[in-house]
Amino acid sequence: MSETKKTDEAAIPQQTPASEGSADREVLLRVEGLTKHFPIKKGILQRQVGAVKAVDGIDFEVRKGETLGVVGESGCGKSTMGRVITRLQDPTGGKITFEGQDITRLSTGQMRPLRRDIQMIFQDPYGSLNPRHTIGSIVSAPFRLQGVEPEGGVKKEVQRLLSLVGLSPEHYNRYPHEFSGGQRQRIGIARALALKPKLVVADEPVSALDVSIQAQVVNLMDDLQQELGLTYVIIAHDLSVVRHVSDRIAVMYLGKIVELADRTSLYEAPMHPYTKALMSAVPVPDPKRRGQKNERILLRGDVPSPIAPPSGCRFHTRCWKATEICRTTEPQLVELRPGQRVACHHPENFADQAPQDTVLLSAAKKASELVPDAALSDGPAEKEPVAEKAPAAEKKPVAEKEPVAGKAPATEDTASEEAPEAAGSEASTSEAAGSEDAPEATASEPAEAAATAEAVSEAADTAPAPEAAEAAAAAEPAEEKTGPGAKSTPKATGKTTGKPAAGSGAEESSDE
Amino acid sequence: MTELSKTGAAVGEPAAARRSEAFLEVRDLKVHFPTDDGLVKSVDGVSFSLEKGKTLAIVGESGSGKSVTSLAIMGLHRLGARGKNVRMSGEIWLDGKELVSASPDEVRKLRGREMAMIFQDPLSAMHPYYKVGDQIVEAYRVHHDVSKKVARARAIEMLDRVGIPEPAKRVDGYPHEFSGGMRQRAMIAMALVNNPELLIADEPTTALDVTVQAQILDLIRDLQKEFGSAVIMITHDLGVVAEIADEVLVMYGGRCVERGPAGEVFEQPQHPYTWGLLGSMPRIDRETSERLIPVKGQPPSLINVPSGCAFHPRCPYADIPKGNVTRTVRPELEQVSTGHWSACHLPTEDRQRIWTEEIAPKL
Repeated sequence: MSETKKTDEAAIPQQTPASEGSADREVLLRVEGLTKHFPIKKGILQRQVGAVKAVDGIDFEVRKGETLGVVGESGCGKSTMGRVITRLQDPTGGKITFEGQDITRLSTGQMRPLRRDIQMIFQDPYGSLNPRHTIGSIVSAPFRLQGVEPEGGVKKEVQRLLSLVGLSPEHYNRYPHEFSGGQRQRIGIARALALKPKLVVADEPVSALDVSIQAQVVNLMDDLQQELGLTYVIIAHDLSVVRHVSDRIAVMYLGKIVELADRTSLYEAPMHPYTKALMSAVPVPDPKRRGQKNERILLRGDVPSPIAPPSGCRFHTRCWKATEICRTTEPQLVELRPGQRVACHHPENFADQAPQDTVLLSAAKKASELVPDAALSDGPAEKEPVAEKAPAAEKKPVAEKEPVAGKAPATEDTASEEAPEAAGSEASTSEAAGSEDAPEATASEPAEAAATAEAVSEAADTAPAPEAAEAAAAAEPAEEKTGPGAKSTPKATGKTTGKPAAGSGAEESSDE
Repeated sequence: MTELSKTGAAVGEPAAARRSEAFLEVRDLKVHFPTDDGLVKSVDGVSFSLEKGKTLAIVGESGSGKSVTSLAIMGLHRLGARGKNVRMSGEIWLDGKELVSASPDEVRKLRGREMAMIFQDPLSAMHPYYKVGDQIVEAYRVHHDVSKKVARARAIEMLDRVGIPEPAKRVDGYPHEFSGGMRQRAMIAMALVNNPELLIADEPTTALDVTVQAQILDLIRDLQKEFGSAVIMITHDLGVVAEIADEVLVMYGGRCVERGPAGEVFEQPQHPYTWGLLGSMPRIDRETSERLIPVKGQPPSLINVPSGCAFHPRCPYADIPKGNVTRTVRPELEQVSTGHWSACHLPTEDRQRIWTEEIAPKL
C-alpha cells in the first residue's frame, strides 16, 4: 500500500505543467489498429449474422500533459473508443499501450492497479452518481476500492477534493439529488481525480450542462490540468468546445479517424472534406456572418450504417470530391504535413493524393450541388500558400514511411505516388471544371473504365514488383520536372496548365 | 394584473384590453404553478410581439421559462397533471384573437392549424405505435374535412417537401425506423401540414449533430420564406440565434431581461446576463487560448426568485448602482434604442463603458 502511494507521489512531479511543443513529449497512451465490433445475433441459435463496426481500426497516441479532443457525429464510435481505451469494454482487435505496458488483454484483476492511473468522466451527471450514496461515499469510493489511505485520512482528502473542484467541504454528507447538473459534474470530476490519475478520459463532459455552467466546468478542467499535470482525452460533439480545450484533435467518421492534427492546423486548414463540412456547419454567434451561406457545406443524407460501411473511403457516399478511387481504395491515415494526418485521396488545402482520378462519382456531383461555389473555388485560392510548403511537406511522408517498411518497394511506392501528385494537384483543384471538360461527364462506362484502369495501374505500383523500381525511376525525374512547374504555375489557372501536366504525369507512371 | 385568474374561470370573459395590431402579441404573460413547496413562477411578466415572416429567438438557461412561454401560447400548459391548477394571466393575441381567455375548444381549433410546434425530442413527441404517415394524416384531417386518401397524398407531399427520400415508401414507416434527423424532418412535416402561420420550435436542433442541424435550420428558413410564417425559436445556442433570428428575447428567472433586433443584441448587448452568455460560449471561429468567462453561481430557483433584480447574486456589477436598488427594486424594461429593451439598474454610461472596455475585447 505504502509502496503504491510512493509511486503516486513520484508520478506527480514528473508531469510538469504542459509547455508548448507537444511533439517532444513522452507518449502516455498508444493505440494501434484498435477495433471494437458488436456482434448482431439472430434466431434461436443466436448465430452471428453481422457486426456493428463501432470502432474499425484506429491509430493514435496521447502524449503526456496534452489534451486530445475527439469529435464526430453521433454513431461515429467516439464514445465506444473512449470506453475501450479505458478498458471498460474489451477491444475486438488492435493494441493499447499505456506507459509502455500492453493493456489490451489484461484481466479485470490485472487492470485494477491501473485503474488509478486511468479515470473516466461521464456525460450524464444524473446517471453516473449513485442516488443512495452520499457525496462523501461517492468520492471516497476510489480510495476504498484501491485500498489507499491518503495522508490525513479519507474524509480530509475528500473534502480537499471537493474544494478543489469548487464545491464546499460541507457537502460531504449530502446526496446527489441535492445538487444541480453542473455541481454533479464537479462531483464526477472530483471522483475521477481522487487517485491522482495520469490519464482522464472525459466523454461529453459538458454537453448536458447549460452554457454558463459549461464554461465553469471547462475552466475547471483547464485549471486542474495546469495544477496536476493531467492528460485528457476529451470526447465531444461540440466543435467549439473541442477547439477551446484541445491541443490536438482527432476527427472520427464511421469508426475511423479521418483526420488527426493539432488544433491550429485543423481549424484553419482542414484537409479532409468531412472535417471541412463539419466545421462549416457550426453556427457562429455573429449575425453579421449570416447570409454568407457560401461558406456552409451541407452534407446530403445521414451517416451510413456502421453494420455495412461503404467500401473504400467511408465518406465517399456523401463527399463532393469522391472519384472512383474513393470507392475502391481505402485511404490510409498519412502524415501529409508535419503534425497533420489525413485519410483522403483528394484532400482540401493540399496536393491531391490521387490526381489521375478526376472523374467525379455521380453521387459526388449531387453532393457538390449543395456545396457553395465559394467553397469549391476556395480550393485553388487556399492552395496557393500550400504550394510553397508542398515540396517540403512531400518529403515528410517519404521519410516517415522509410523506417516503417524499410525496403525499396515502399519508397518507390511513395515516390511514384508523390510524383504525379505534384503535377496533378491542379487537375483536382479544377475537378468540377475537369469533369465538365471530360466528354463522359456523367461517369459513363468509358470514363469509369479509364478510372479503374488507373486505379489498377496504381495498385500495380504499390505491389513490390521489379517494374515498380523503373516506374519510380521514371517518376522521379517527372517530379523534378513538374515540381517547379507546380510552383510557378498559378493555381487559379490550373484548368489549362494543370491538365496536360497531370495527363503526362499519369501517363508516365502508368506506362511503365 | 395582480389578480391571477384561474384558467377555465377565464373562459368567455371579454378581453378588456385593446385588440392587438401585431400578428402575435404577448402582453405581461404570467404562468404560475402552485406546488407543495411554493408557487413556481415559471413565467413572470413577459411581453413581446412578432410579425409574419419574422423569427423571434427566445434564449435562456434551463428553467428560465422559455419553454413554458411557448407552451402557454400553444395552450398546452393546461395539459397533464400540473395543468389542473396552473395560474395564468396576461394576454396572448394571435391574429386578432385573444387566447388566454379563450376556451380550450377554441384554442384547440387554432392549434395545429394556425399555430404548430416542433419539439426537441422527436422520438418522444411522435407516437411509437403509429406509422409516421398516419400521424401526419391525423393532424391534417383534424382540421380538414378530406378523405384519408387525399390526406395521405398530402402527407407524402409534405414528407417530400422536408427532404425525406422516397416519401411514398417512408410514409408507412414507424418513427423508430427513422434516424434522428429524419424524425425531426417528419415532425416538421407534421407541424407544417396545415400551413400554420405561427411555428414554435422548441430546441429543434439541440439533440442533433451539427451537420444535421445545419440541414434543419436551412429547412426551417426555406419553409418560412415559402409560407411566410412567423417563427419562434427557443434555444440556448447563441450560434443558432445568430443564424436564424430577426429578434432576440433573453429570459432569466421567468422574466425578459433583454429584447431587441438580433444584430443589436449581439453587437451592443445591454444586460450583464447577455454578456455572461456571450462570454461563456467557446467560439469556433477564433483561436482563443484565453479562458472562458462563465457566469458565476447557479440559475435561480423559480420559487424563491432573488429580490430586486433576479440576476443580482450572479452579477459582477451589482454593486455599481447607488444604494441597494439591485437588491430591492425589480428593474423594468427600458428602451435603449429603437426596439432594443433592457431591464438593468446599471446607468447607461456605465453599461456602455463596461461593454466596450471590459467585455467586448475579451469575446
